[in-house]
Amino acid sequence: MKKTLLSLAAAAAVMSFGTMAAEAKVKACFIYVGPIGDFGWSYQHHQGALEAQKQLGEDNVELAYLESVPEGADAERALERFARSGCNIIFTTSFGYMDATNKVAGKFPDVKFEHATGYKREHPNVSTYNSKFHEGRYVQGVIAAKMSKAGVAGYIASFPIPEVVLGINAFMLGAQSVNPDFKLKVVWANTWFDPGKEADAAKALIDQGADIITQHTDSTAAMQVAAERGVKAFGQASDMIKFGPDTQLTSIVDNWGPYYAKRIKAVMDGNWEQSDVWGGMADGHVVMAPYTNMPDDVKKAAEDTQAKITGGFSPFTGPINKQDGTEWLKAGEVADNGVLLGLNFYVKGVDDKLPQ
Amino acid sequence: MGVIEAILLTIATAATPLLIAAIGELVVERSGVLNLGVEGMMIMGAVTGFGVALLTGSPWLGMLGGIVVGALFSLLFGFLTLTLVTNQVATGLALTLLGLGLSGMLGESFVGQPGIRLPNLHIPVLSDLPFVGGLIFGQDPIFYVSIALTAGVAWFLFYTHAGLTLRSVGDNHASAHALGINVIGIRYLAVMFGGACAGLAGAYLSVVYTPQWVENMTAGRGWIALALVVFASWRPWRVLAGAYLFGAVTIGQLHAQALGLGIPSQLLSSLPYLATVVVLVLISQNKRLTMVNTPASLGRPFVPDR
Amino acid sequence: MRIELSKRPQHSTLFSVLSPFIALALTLVAGAIMFSLLGKNPGEALYFYFIDPLREVWSLHELAVKAAPLILIAVGLSICYLSNNWNIGAEGQFIAGAVLGSFIPVVFPGFQNWTVLPLMLIMGMAGGAAYAAVPAYLKVRFNTNEILTSLMLVYVAQLFNDWLVRGIWRNPEGMSFPGTAPFHEYAVLPAIWPDAGRAHWGIVFALVAAVVAWFMLSKTLRGFEVKVLGQSPRAGRFAGFSSSRMVFFAFIVSGALAGLAGICEVSGAVGHLNEKLSIGYGFTAIIVAFLGRLNPLGIVAAGIILALTYLGGEAAQISIGVSDKVVRAFQGMLLFFVLACDTLIHYRIRLVSALPRSKTAEA
Repeated sequence: MKKTLLSLAAAAAVMSFGTMAAEAKVKACFIYVGPIGDFGWSYQHHQGALEAQKQLGEDNVELAYLESVPEGADAERALERFARSGCNIIFTTSFGYMDATNKVAGKFPDVKFEHATGYKREHPNVSTYNSKFHEGRYVQGVIAAKMSKAGVAGYIASFPIPEVVLGINAFMLGAQSVNPDFKLKVVWANTWFDPGKEADAAKALIDQGADIITQHTDSTAAMQVAAERGVKAFGQASDMIKFGPDTQLTSIVDNWGPYYAKRIKAVMDGNWEQSDVWGGMADGHVVMAPYTNMPDDVKKAAEDTQAKITGGFSPFTGPINKQDGTEWLKAGEVADNGVLLGLNFYVKGVDDKLPQ
Repeated sequence: MGVIEAILLTIATAATPLLIAAIGELVVERSGVLNLGVEGMMIMGAVTGFGVALLTGSPWLGMLGGIVVGALFSLLFGFLTLTLVTNQVATGLALTLLGLGLSGMLGESFVGQPGIRLPNLHIPVLSDLPFVGGLIFGQDPIFYVSIALTAGVAWFLFYTHAGLTLRSVGDNHASAHALGINVIGIRYLAVMFGGACAGLAGAYLSVVYTPQWVENMTAGRGWIALALVVFASWRPWRVLAGAYLFGAVTIGQLHAQALGLGIPSQLLSSLPYLATVVVLVLISQNKRLTMVNTPASLGRPFVPDR
Repeated sequence: MRIELSKRPQHSTLFSVLSPFIALALTLVAGAIMFSLLGKNPGEALYFYFIDPLREVWSLHELAVKAAPLILIAVGLSICYLSNNWNIGAEGQFIAGAVLGSFIPVVFPGFQNWTVLPLMLIMGMAGGAAYAAVPAYLKVRFNTNEILTSLMLVYVAQLFNDWLVRGIWRNPEGMSFPGTAPFHEYAVLPAIWPDAGRAHWGIVFALVAAVVAWFMLSKTLRGFEVKVLGQSPRAGRFAGFSSSRMVFFAFIVSGALAGLAGICEVSGAVGHLNEKLSIGYGFTAIIVAFLGRLNPLGIVAAGIILALTYLGGEAAQISIGVSDKVVRAFQGMLLFFVLACDTLIHYRIRLVSALPRSKTAEA
């Protein structure tokens, strides 16, 4: 069914565009912070780019990309080069490109810019987009609380930015919805990508009694350690089942393809407009890898939770108390997006002191 | 498995690659050559080790591949510094750069593939003994290699004639040459031994530690190995102590975090580096100790007179 | 066959001039082979690497932005290396300069007038110099190996900067993301010709530093002292030079220049201090220093060539899909060839047949 829809969409794209395709090929350009071979964040963005191109047809869309572009002075140069080399739409796929994106966008008003995970839109040709990965983490929390015998999960975190804090809180809330006494231990690896360090962090967490490992870092090392030590784990960014066939419970898969296709299509059709999109499960931005290595009742609970979120439920629905016990959200109150995007405190029950 | 035992095992795994690479560099420096390219040789060993293990299905061949490529790659350094007498510091840095770039190119098709792990030793009964079983009889084979290597190098350097020759080359290459010793030949062998060790250490990372290939996966461990050699004042058993101390600090800071103590993680992460500086100072302050152990010709080029 | 070196009685002037060009030519040949092996047209690839970035004005500006920190740092390092002080922690001094230089606009954002920028530059230099003085002090006082201490301090500086911009220096309006607030207009190092491109005054500082250093090294007693102590500390002592003072001099000058590069990068190219500052300028500058054969004027050319490989790497990536890893391999090769060719200056190289002894026996 999904396939038919896709090919229909592709066919529609080709038809609506058809004759003028040859002269008006859209050039979509992507700038990645890591190597596309990281099998994590940049890899998934690149997969999304390829999927969008496939969907809209190679005759209509030309791709160009730059990988491992540092987020300092180099980003501005890379973007300017893109803009001058005839890109019609440029996706800047890391938070650190925010200022460079807005600066270059000011110089090239005819080029559309799409910045991932940022909040500045200083010119009408800049849009921002992001995904509600925390919805997936809430589901993971539910699974963790059901699967854990010790009632303790270990969380390998990268850097204390709102996105990561949001994920930790969502995981905790999901777990508490099953087991109010659930414990969560957090280790800050201070890296997005260092397999050795991530493996060490996973070992430390397991040694301290965690029997479920989840991560907000990009390598597959923690999954392998969990497999070796015989505990369960969640994947990150992409489906990591290959690295833990008997270990992975599920994985949050960053699915950028549909959004990229939609935005590139808008440029083709000449109706691109500035927007700020924060897509979640309901929009297909966040996809859960198959629920594996768990009994049927847990799988059922996971699927029910997923359905609930897709139906509009926010994991951040009160009553929720902050870590120090003070009230954050009253019963039934839903946190607004602005607060969530700048979140810098834990909810009650997280066993860690948030680095400030 | 008890918590303490588990922590000790983790420390051993973290220390092993540092120990192997540092022991190799120790021999190189004892012969009077400073090779700053450890990181580059390690990463070449890592990509080869992973690739060979993946393609042949044998992790042992992977380790061997890492050793061979590490040694070959170090020959490049040897040719420049020993035959063409180039500056050793700059050449070592070039080797690191080249290694990081080349390994990234060679490894592009390995990304995202699960590797094959070298299985741990398992001796029935012994490996299952409480507490000591896993530590003494149940680790990965390369752990034992690293200990044997330390013992072997310590014995070689201080109890054999060949070891004495190597040290004399490092202490005073001019008089060693006058005695009819082939200075350049011995230094070539030492450099290749260092390369082989670095290659093995790299392969350990990609085949045992975290069986996968990613760019830059050595993440600065080659530099730590270099620091360990000086930290140990060029004594093999002290290298072992240093590597385990470093491993313990690294793992300890993760445990301190998991306990929720709330110390800034950046401070904890910088402790190993600060500790190295402090120990370097303490060691070099002791003039007698430094004089006895430092290879006097370290880093000096040698051109035989004719 | 084996290779034998015999020392030339004097440096070969011919090869002093020729060797960088021979090295560059060899690198181009090796590069062409590498591109062919990767299945790319070598001519096209080399064109994108070395010619394409030079064709447009904006791109030349970018070249200056990229080359400025490399030249600044490398000029300082050349003084260190010539005097036999192995400072390889310039990256840490770069960060220290960036951090201390950012102190005024971050801590006193209300203090806004024309004195801010000069103060920032001075504090940046002071920060780098102070940070470089640590390994210098340890070397002089305790005889500690400066290669290792300066390197270890790089990691400490990176982590300290990380802690600052995520903690007490974080932009209060930055949605809890790391990084300080954007600098106000008085704290921004201006572009030279804002209409043409982004090149800021950093490149001017770099050129001035190179010329001053060149003059100091080749025309003054201090420069003579640097070289004598570098080549033979004993001879230097007989001449009455103090090697301890030289250690401090070399480290502090090179630290100050690295610190200046740091604050110029933050204030000129980026506009605020963040945790992504450190991308290896301090290490790449070591290549630049050697590529320029430790001569400040040579370093200017070397810095531009190295910067060109970064820009060209991007152009080649966009146009013909050459991976970014090629850039690093390329830089490594270039340095190898430069070092190897330098041998020609000091030595004659002969290929000797493997059996020299038996021949003598026959005769």
